[in-house]
Amino acid sequence: MKETGEREASATGECPGLWDDGQLGSATLRVTRQKAQPLPGCCLLSAQELGPLGNWDLLYLRWTPLSFANLSYSSENQVTVHFINRDGERLTTTAKEGESLLEVVVNHNLAIDGFGACEGTLACSTCHLIFDKDTFQKLDAISDEELDMLDLAYGLTDTSRLGCQVCVKKWMDGLTVRVPMDVSDMRRQLEVGKQSKQ
Amino acid sequence: MAGAGGRAPLGLRRWLSSAAPAPRVCVVGSGPAGFYTAQHILKHHGGALVDIYEKLPVPFGLVRFGVAPDHPEVKNVTNTFTQTARSGRCGFYGNVTVGRDVTVPELQRAYHAVVLSYGAEDNRVLGIPGENLPGVYSARAFVGWYNGLPENQDLKPDLSCETALILGHGNVALDIARILLSPLQLLRKTDITDSSLAALACSKVKRVWLVGRRGPLQVAFTIKELREMINLPGARAVLDPADFTGLESAVKDASRPRKRLTELMIKTALEKPVEMQAAAAGAAAPREWGLKFQRSPQEVLPSADGRRARGVRMALTRLEGLGDSAKAIPTGDVEELECGLVLSSIGYRSLPLDPAVPFDSQRGVIPNSSGRVEGVPGLYCSGWVKRGPTGVIITTMNDSFDTAQSLLEDLQGGVLDLSPSREGFGLVESILHSRGVRPVSFSDWEKIDAAEVARGKAAGKPREKIVDPAEMLRIIGH
Repeated sequence: MKETGEREASATGECPGLWDDGQLGSATLRVTRQKAQPLPGCCLLSAQELGPLGNWDLLYLRWTPLSFANLSYSSENQVTVHFINRDGERLTTTAKEGESLLEVVVNHNLAIDGFGACEGTLACSTCHLIFDKDTFQKLDAISDEELDMLDLAYGLTDTSRLGCQVCVKKWMDGLTVRVPMDVSDMRRQLEVGKQSKQ
Repeated sequence: MAGAGGRAPLGLRRWLSSAAPAPRVCVVGSGPAGFYTAQHILKHHGGALVDIYEKLPVPFGLVRFGVAPDHPEVKNVTNTFTQTARSGRCGFYGNVTVGRDVTVPELQRAYHAVVLSYGAEDNRVLGIPGENLPGVYSARAFVGWYNGLPENQDLKPDLSCETALILGHGNVALDIARILLSPLQLLRKTDITDSSLAALACSKVKRVWLVGRRGPLQVAFTIKELREMINLPGARAVLDPADFTGLESAVKDASRPRKRLTELMIKTALEKPVEMQAAAAGAAAPREWGLKFQRSPQEVLPSADGRRARGVRMALTRLEGLGDSAKAIPTGDVEELECGLVLSSIGYRSLPLDPAVPFDSQRGVIPNSSGRVEGVPGLYCSGWVKRGPTGVIITTMNDSFDTAQSLLEDLQGGVLDLSPSREGFGLVESILHSRGVRPVSFSDWEKIDAAEVARGKAAGKPREKIVDPAEMLRIIGH
């Protein structure tokens, strides 16, 4: 991962990567979603799956002031999620419980290039995200179909998931996920490496 | 404020506020490589103007003409491409054949940078006797036929035989096998062309063999497509367990994709007896498909009257070496496989576009370094013409971002001549006008698109593709 320092960016404020053409290049998730896949049905399942919300209070207490501020005016189903993009920037946003992580990126127009090319239909691996081990183990089971697409992902790790298949739940509050590097990032790193050897 | 660091310096994003002339970039080809390259440049350079040229009156290249009709999810990428094309800084000029209507040197005079993303429009040939017999088709032409590619509409493949043989173990081979064996009611809901659907409705094909020179560990298709084939309703997988003996341990240390892919084949091969019992019980799937390994085509055999293919003679092979680099060496033994339909799916191939552009005919690519065409400053390439005809959408996306990044670095580093006399499409327009070529704009395409969607609606399809360019042009009043 390239370390360029972590900057806090409230995606609800000045949108990173936003320029004169608005949302160019980000997936849309509009009415055109083709052939709805048996997605995990985030919004439908999450309420039941949340259970007794046992450790919710604990998590709540650990929240950062930024999330705290959000809580003060928003409903209970707001969850803070951090994405570290390919440039090493930390993008922090407030997600709604039940949204998929792909939807979080798209709805908040987060600066992650080419994310969600197939718009959440399990037909590409562009919404590949890397979790920390503990969080990964707590996620719902992976379907064969998701594993199939992950097999084609760049920078696959043992804790990789597709953002379109992971739904935000309350226990995830404060979650940090990482976007893997793509070929051009690796190339740039190589070039930097070469230069530093010269 | 995030996004200030990283891929593109803030100065480029804030281009509009400076007095410098806007860089004009030309992209040749409107498939995924062209659109992803354009998208990345536009997104990371706030002032760049990008014009995309396309040979056909309609955009999106292989997303429209290559992606299988029953894979509409992949076609969702066109929503993002459409956003890019609608950007005020992006132009689309369809119906313009670069190399004929306008040359690459002419484009280089009109633009500060030219990106070649024109893909691989040809296919590799078998180079064996009988290859040109009726009943033998290239996979590329067959895919173009069912996907409505204008140049393949006269293919009219003969589907009157029971057994088809596909030479190749890639995703295109599996796409074709699936289209040949899919229940008609599934295809009917896709954007497959009406005429190919009618031909498939009369098809007698009920058995498809996919034949490769090498073994199960060398197959090029991906697991999603294999699983789809295994789960295809009404079709039974016929895999010989003997082909997979000992492979379980061989892939123990292989990469996860290769391991899972191989394990799925093994599992399917071993499940066969159970399925055969079901078949015996009367629940028989009327159609079947299978993989054959270590067979190299030697000759397409003619029927008695010499007028069509009746089979393929195969040289059996043994493998020398391991993994991807294993080579198929003929053992001297041969075998004849009976079939009435032969589809050669052994790879696509790029063609040189213009004498002014270097081309590596051995590898079928434009020689380049990170997308910079060797020895020609200001000229770039992306997609299949850059790295060869392989990979899935994410491969082309990353590859195109890589080329766009090189171009942005060159812009920033002052490598490109940004003289204001390169006035972009203004200059090309007069050239095209003098040659009697009338380009199709993106809003023109949106009219064609609307007409296609309207026609499809009546038939319960996402669209009915218009396959005749003249008809497309009539719709937009050209």
